[in-house]
Amino acid sequence: MKILLSGTASDSHTWNLVYLRLFLEEQGHEVVGLGPCVDAELLVAGCLRHAPDTVVLSSVNGHGYRDGLTAVRRLRAEPALAGLPVVLGGKLGVAGHRQEADVSALTEAGCDAVLGEDLDALRGFLAARARREVPA
Amino acid sequence: MDRPPAFGTFVAAASAAGRLVVQPRMGFGDPARMRDGLARTRAATARTAGTLTVDSYTRVGDLATARAAVADGTRLNGYPIAAHGPDTTRGVLDGLHGPDFPVQVRHGSARPEPIVRALAAAGLDATEGGPVSYCLPYGRTPLRDSVAAWARACELLATGARPGAVPHLESFGGCLLGQLCPPGLLVAMSVLECLFFTRYGLRSVSLSYAQQTDAGQDEEALRALHRLAGEFLPRDVDHHVVLYTYMGVYPRTEQGATRLLEASARLAVRSGAGRLIVKTAAEAHRIPTVEENVRALETAAAAAALAGPAAPGTGTGEDGEIYQEARTLVETVLGLHPDLSRALTAAFARGLLDVPFCLHPDNAGRSLGCIDSGGRLRWARTGAMPLRADAAAGAAPLTSSGLLGALNHVADRYDSPRRDDTGTEHGDGRHDRPPATPLPV
Repeated sequence: MKILLSGTASDSHTWNLVYLRLFLEEQGHEVVGLGPCVDAELLVAGCLRHAPDTVVLSSVNGHGYRDGLTAVRRLRAEPALAGLPVVLGGKLGVAGHRQEADVSALTEAGCDAVLGEDLDALRGFLAARARREVPA
Repeated sequence: MDRPPAFGTFVAAASAAGRLVVQPRMGFGDPARMRDGLARTRAATARTAGTLTVDSYTRVGDLATARAAVADGTRLNGYPIAAHGPDTTRGVLDGLHGPDFPVQVRHGSARPEPIVRALAAAGLDATEGGPVSYCLPYGRTPLRDSVAAWARACELLATGARPGAVPHLESFGGCLLGQLCPPGLLVAMSVLECLFFTRYGLRSVSLSYAQQTDAGQDEEALRALHRLAGEFLPRDVDHHVVLYTYMGVYPRTEQGATRLLEASARLAVRSGAGRLIVKTAAEAHRIPTVEENVRALETAAAAAALAGPAAPGTGTGEDGEIYQEARTLVETVLGLHPDLSRALTAAFARGLLDVPFCLHPDNAGRSLGCIDSGGRLRWARTGAMPLRADAAAGAAPLTSSGLLGALNHVADRYDSPRRDDTGTEHGDGRHDRPPATPLPV
C-alpha cells in the first residue's frame, strides 16, 4: 500500500518517524513521509497530492489527542478524503496512560484506529486494509 | 528582585567553589504549578538553576492554540510564556528568581522572537537554542528563516535586558537529535552557534554537549569543546560548558535511569562542565513530576560531590580525533563566508554540515552515525562533510530492528546487569529489566 506517514501539528519528534518509515518499508509498503510539525492544512494538502491508501499519524509529545482530533476532523471535512483510512499512534496526553474518553472522541471524529505504542496492532491494521484492497 | 542575577556569573561562581550547577527541564501550563516547581527546584539540596520549559504550541508559534488551551484548562506540556503575559510570569518568579537563583527559559523554537520578547518583559534574560539546533531537528522552518529569526532574537536578547544585566544564551548544538550523532559534529555545532550568538551581541554563552554512548569518548569530546571554545570565542565573552544527561531513549528501570544520571554527573565533574541538565527516572514513561525532578537534581548533585575535583588536563582528547573533526568542521564553515548567517546556510546547502537521521529538507541527509562493537559512536557515512567515514561501520544496511537496537543501546545497557560508566560489571549480573517497549508508533 501507499502510506502517508506524518507527525502531528505541535510535535517535533522525528525518531518515531525515522523508525516507522523503515518498519513500514520492510513490510513492502510505499511510504511518503511528511516529517514533523505537520498541521491539519499541510496534512490535507499532502493527502490530496499523494493520494495514499492509508494515513499513519504518530505523536509522542503529549499533545496527540488535541492535535490528532484537529487533524482527523479537518481530513473528514474534505469530501475527497472522507473515506481515507486514518490511524493515530503514540501518546495521546501527558499523563502516560490511555484515556478511553479521548479514544472515543477520536473514533467519533473519524479516526479508524487509535493504537498507542503497539506495532503489532499497526501491522495487523495495515494487513487488514491491504486485504480489503484485493479485488474479490 | 534587588539586582539582576547574571546566569553566567552564577555558574562561574559555583565552578570556582567546586560546585556543579544542576538544572531540570520543567514546564507546566498552570502558573501556580510552575511557581511550585521553581520553588522546589530552588529549595533542593543542590546548587540549582531554575527552568521554565515552554510548551509545544508556543514553540511552533501557534499562540492562538496556546491561549485556547489556557482558557479551557487543557494540560500543556510546558509553560505558555507568551500566552500568560508578563504580569503572570512575574508572579510565578516573584521572590524566587534572584542572584542566588537564576532562571532560564528553554523552548526549542526556530522562530524565538515572541518567546524572547515575553521572557524579557517578565524580567528574565537567560535562554537557549540556536539557529541550527532549534531548526533542523525541530520541525519545518526553512534554515534560512531560522537563521534570520535567531539573529534578530539574539539582538533582542542582547539589547532588551535591564541595565546592568548580562543576558545569557546557551547553544543546543551539542544535542541535535539527541543520539546517534558522532561527537565531532556536536562539538562543532556548539562552537559555531556560540560564535553566532557573539556576532549578534551576546557576551555570555554556554556550549552544550549531550552525553552519548561511551564515557571515554564523551570526556574526549568535552575536552575538545573546552579547547575549541577557548580558541574560537572572543576573549571578552564569558562562557561555560553545559552537559545534558543522556537525551536519547532513556532506561526504563529506576535503577538504570539513576545510574545513567549519576554517570553523567561524574562525567560533568571529570571534564570540567559548569552545569548539568538532568533527566529523571520517569523520563522513559512520561513528563516527570516536580518530585521526580527534585530527586534527580539531588541525586546528580550528590554524585557530583562524591566525584571529587576535576581531573587535571591529562591531554586526553585535547588534540585527538574529535578535536580534529570538530576543528575541521568549524574552519570549513567559517571559510565559506565572513557573515556566519550565510556561512551556516551555505554549509548545509552543500552538505558540508550534515546531521545524521535528520528529516529536515535543508539537511542533505547523506551522513549516518552508528555504534561500533566497543560502544563508541562512529561515522558510517559522512556524505559531503570533510570527514573520514569508518569503512567497516558503513558496511551493514540500516534496518528498523538495527535502528531500534542502536536507539536502545544505552537504555538496555543501564537497564541490564550492574555497570558503572567505566564499563565494569558489578554484582550478580541479574537482569532487572522489564520487557522492552518499542518506540512509540
